[in-house]
Amino acid sequence: MPETSTRGAAIELENLSKRYPGNPGPAVDNVTMHINAGETVIFVGPSGCGKSTTLKMINRLIEPSSGRIRINEEDVTRMDPVKLRRHVGYAIQASGLFPHMTVAQNIALVPKMIGWSKTRIRERVEEMLDLVGLDPREFHGRYPRQLSGGQQQRVGVARALAADPPVLLMDEPFGAVDPITRDHLQDELIRLQRELHKTIVFVTHDFDEAIKLGDRIAVLRERSHIAQFDTPEAILTNPADDFVSGFVGAGAALKRLNLTRVRDVEITDYPTVTVDDPLQSIFSLLRSSGTNEILLLDKRGRPYKWLRRGDLMRAKGSLARAGTLVYDTVTRDATLRDALEAVLTDSAGRVAVTGRRGEYTGVVDMETLINSVHELLEADRLEAMAHQHDLEEARAAQTHAEQEGNAGEAKA
Amino acid sequence: MNFWEYLGSRHQQLLTDAYQHASAVFQCMVVATVLGVLIGVVTYRSERAGNLATLTTSAILTVPSLAMIGLLIPVVGLGVPPTVIALTLYGLLPIVRNAIVGLRGVDPTLVDAATGIGMSRPMRLVRIELPLAWPPILTGIRVSTQMLMGIAAIAAYASGPGLGNLIFRGLASLGSKNALNQVLSGTLAIIILALLFDAVYVLIGRLTIPRGIRA
Repeated sequence: MPETSTRGAAIELENLSKRYPGNPGPAVDNVTMHINAGETVIFVGPSGCGKSTTLKMINRLIEPSSGRIRINEEDVTRMDPVKLRRHVGYAIQASGLFPHMTVAQNIALVPKMIGWSKTRIRERVEEMLDLVGLDPREFHGRYPRQLSGGQQQRVGVARALAADPPVLLMDEPFGAVDPITRDHLQDELIRLQRELHKTIVFVTHDFDEAIKLGDRIAVLRERSHIAQFDTPEAILTNPADDFVSGFVGAGAALKRLNLTRVRDVEITDYPTVTVDDPLQSIFSLLRSSGTNEILLLDKRGRPYKWLRRGDLMRAKGSLARAGTLVYDTVTRDATLRDALEAVLTDSAGRVAVTGRRGEYTGVVDMETLINSVHELLEADRLEAMAHQHDLEEARAAQTHAEQEGNAGEAKA
Repeated sequence: MNFWEYLGSRHQQLLTDAYQHASAVFQCMVVATVLGVLIGVVTYRSERAGNLATLTTSAILTVPSLAMIGLLIPVVGLGVPPTVIALTLYGLLPIVRNAIVGLRGVDPTLVDAATGIGMSRPMRLVRIELPLAWPPILTGIRVSTQMLMGIAAIAAYASGPGLGNLIFRGLASLGSKNALNQVLSGTLAIIILALLFDAVYVLIGRLTIPRGIRA
């Protein structure tokens, strides 16, 4: 990138409340929360729990009734809201692109408002389109209605990031696209965030989305009360109460698989040969390796075919006719859930793992997966116990201190 | 004298009247558009104010045009003033109503997005809301113009300018040899003017409605 981008800023919410006239109870009640710089925090909760309201108070689209918001140590509660919003990116559901402006005009809006030069804006628009994976030459002059839902959403994110704000607020941005596109957009956001290190506050009602994207997740119940604010791992393995476990839903162990990547688990090595190897050596490897199957790689080292002992005999020594083609592979960045999916659909219960250019790096099978999951869950459980223990100790210390204090008062 | 001979001998007069007619309608439309959009902008946010504006302008429209001009004469005198006032008032309703409907019809998520990315209220109005409401407003202007074309003919009653003079003169001397020609040529000229204006509006629409929201 030509310009160094602004990294995230810490956000501090202090006793933030919102009361609407005519309603007895507050819509958001006394939220206090610290969001670290460069962190992705997800607000998740049932509809009507005030998560969106809380988000919109950060850029003061909804004015808080009481409480304070600090961004980067600076109190923005009294600042001119228009000025504040130009320095906080905002992306919403169904993209919110202005239909009467081209893609480029939409992206250029905020830089124009804060007075960037024409050339700088033009360069920035190209750069942003590039960043979200759209070809600038092709999409520059298009109107929003000429784009698919996923493309619109990308432009929406590009617009939110155009003026390089330290903070990005996203209000159910992927709520209106189909599941496959949503998956792509989520992956894209993870990639973007790895490059940009913005502070992202993201609202969703989809817990799986929260697990996938969040560094930390705030599970909110009605009136935006924080039921639990912790890492996805901790929430999955150690939900704070029934509300949270209800929200996590069934299959926490399965969801846990989404949090671990194939590169984090043990990949077994498999005997391999390449298509260029002489038949003789293939035979001898089959005989000596002890397994009754080997993996045949193509010229570039990519998995090509599974070869069984009998296959070569039946094909009368012709590699072209022997073996079963490799249909599915997973990358080292794939989640364990993807790997499990691939293993389950494979007739022999294993899947080849590939590197960046599709080259073979190993194999994952059912056994590896089961072992890894057991280890993961065990580790999570131990951590949760340690956490619980710490909490109890802290509580005990506090009670102790209180009793001492009372005793002291009684004596005096 | 048949109709064509009549046209041949009086085309000078006819053109002058047509020009004055068009000019009066055009100028009143400009004033009505500015006023109408302004009223729309001021009232669309409030349910009550918006309804009041629509109600008032439609009440004006129900006053018969002859009566309206007649009532204006004692107040502002004869000639141009009552014509301009009456035409402008009649022209308001379609514009005000379409401006309110158009502005209210702007997708609230877009308004939210505009505010959210840091647009001030006037900026949001000028850059987002009015451009998006422009197609219905333009339709209102078109309807208004068509209506004013006809109503402007009544202006002759107050000695105003335009093609109405021909029609009134013809009607006053029905039975004389040129009466029918006068009425006919005045009416036809108004129809032709209306069509010409409409063609211009189509062109204006092409030029001013962005491609992204053109139907």
